[in-house]
Amino acid sequence: MTDEDTMAKISGLIEPFNRKGVALTPATSFARDLEWDSLTVMDFVAAVEDEFDITITMNMQAEIETVGQLVDAVEQLRNDG
Amino acid sequence: MTEALRTPMDPADETGTANAAPARDLFSKFDALIAEREALLDSGVRDPFGLVMEKVLSPTLAIVKGRETILLGTYNYMGMTFDPDVIEAGRQALTDFGSGTTGSRVLNGTYQGHKEVEEALKDYYGTAHAMVFSTGYQANLGLMSTIAGKEDYIILDADSHASIYDGCALGSAQIVRFRHNNVEDLEKRLKRLPPEGGRLVVLEGVYSMLGDIAPLKEMVEVSRRHGAMIAVDEAHGMGFFGANGRGVFEEAGVEDQVDFVVGTFSKSVGTVGGFIVSNHPKFEVLRLVCRPYVFTASLPPSVVATAATSIRKLKHAGNKRAHLWENSKRLHQGLRDLGFTLATPEAQSAILAVLLPDQDITVRMWQALLEAGVYVNMARPPATPAGMYLLRCSLCAEHSSEQVGDILAMFESAGKAIGYLS
Repeated sequence: MTDEDTMAKISGLIEPFNRKGVALTPATSFARDLEWDSLTVMDFVAAVEDEFDITITMNMQAEIETVGQLVDAVEQLRNDG
Repeated sequence: MTEALRTPMDPADETGTANAAPARDLFSKFDALIAEREALLDSGVRDPFGLVMEKVLSPTLAIVKGRETILLGTYNYMGMTFDPDVIEAGRQALTDFGSGTTGSRVLNGTYQGHKEVEEALKDYYGTAHAMVFSTGYQANLGLMSTIAGKEDYIILDADSHASIYDGCALGSAQIVRFRHNNVEDLEKRLKRLPPEGGRLVVLEGVYSMLGDIAPLKEMVEVSRRHGAMIAVDEAHGMGFFGANGRGVFEEAGVEDQVDFVVGTFSKSVGTVGGFIVSNHPKFEVLRLVCRPYVFTASLPPSVVATAATSIRKLKHAGNKRAHLWENSKRLHQGLRDLGFTLATPEAQSAILAVLLPDQDITVRMWQALLEAGVYVNMARPPATPAGMYLLRCSLCAEHSSEQVGDILAMFESAGKAIGYLS
């Protein structure tokens, strides 16, 4: 799977939570641009974990601010697993 | 010292104005909250988070703004706060041991009474060990931050209490969340964990916001099967779940499968304090390594004496337990009959959460209830799950049947007064 595939899948998972229809780029910030609260983050992270069969700990989540950082983290976790 | 703390980036070095006003007020991050709160209070409602009890007449009655008010939001489930034996024990300890210990449990802060309340807990829970903390919050802080290290995993329910989250934040373990009360989701997450590293699954018997209970039998089975140790917080279950009132884990029949039970004295026990009970042979070492236990003063002698007396009495409180369940079921049914929406389909605990559509209706309903003569808790995001606004009612075994009838009448008149009920 390429970065583009991962980006496409993650974009699809963001969609149900993208209330304002923000255009997604790797620089899009979950807190600043998508304006997600902690509950939305929880639901979204669970969806990403289930889609890719990975564990994204809360410790890692604290370091992930943008869509691009999430794509990189997912790639990394998939390769490690 | 100031020299050592300076960095090359220190703006004071560049401008030479070391005494200039700070560039940014650290309080500005709270501006949105301050504005929201001012707008709410400007609309003429009373502050739901600033209520004062001028007098407390009994576990179920207080004077608020000069008016006798039924208490329906105190977690005083078993009504032990005015028990004559409990009060006498506290009075005696105050006379014999003074007003406070002024010290840590591991230095000068362990009195006879602290050992006695730990004995009372061991007897109540049938465990080999009991460790008493100064609050329930600190018991969770202590367990979560100490028992799991950097290589270990804590797996917790997304709706866990703030003290569990804060304990995780204080420690260095890897934290994984699963969807609230979802056994399948828990198992998926356990399966994905790497084989190395210890695992602690943290559950609560009763979740305090909605009053729903955890499917502990299934969750404990799954957790064990995947090699995890298990902690269950029974803050809202102690006193009236299970044959001995130990909590939901007793009722679920998983007592021998749970490694730690965390609890509090500030609900059914009727005072303040927290504890962990366990049968683990190495449990006592926690007294040396648990920072929220070591680096704070121990409970005052009067508090541990009231707690010990209350716990011994709770063991034989079968009739009170039955009455509390009766009250909870009747109020739940009555509120539904009036047309209110409750968080659980039937009463699962002594907490009943009335769901309301938004902050405005919730605050007006809260105030109308207070004016009618009943106090409930108002809860709002982010304390609530899924952005809910709710009025949380918690029943007491000392509420009379007549009081439950009065409460229902007050909900009806308040609901009509604000135009929520037709």
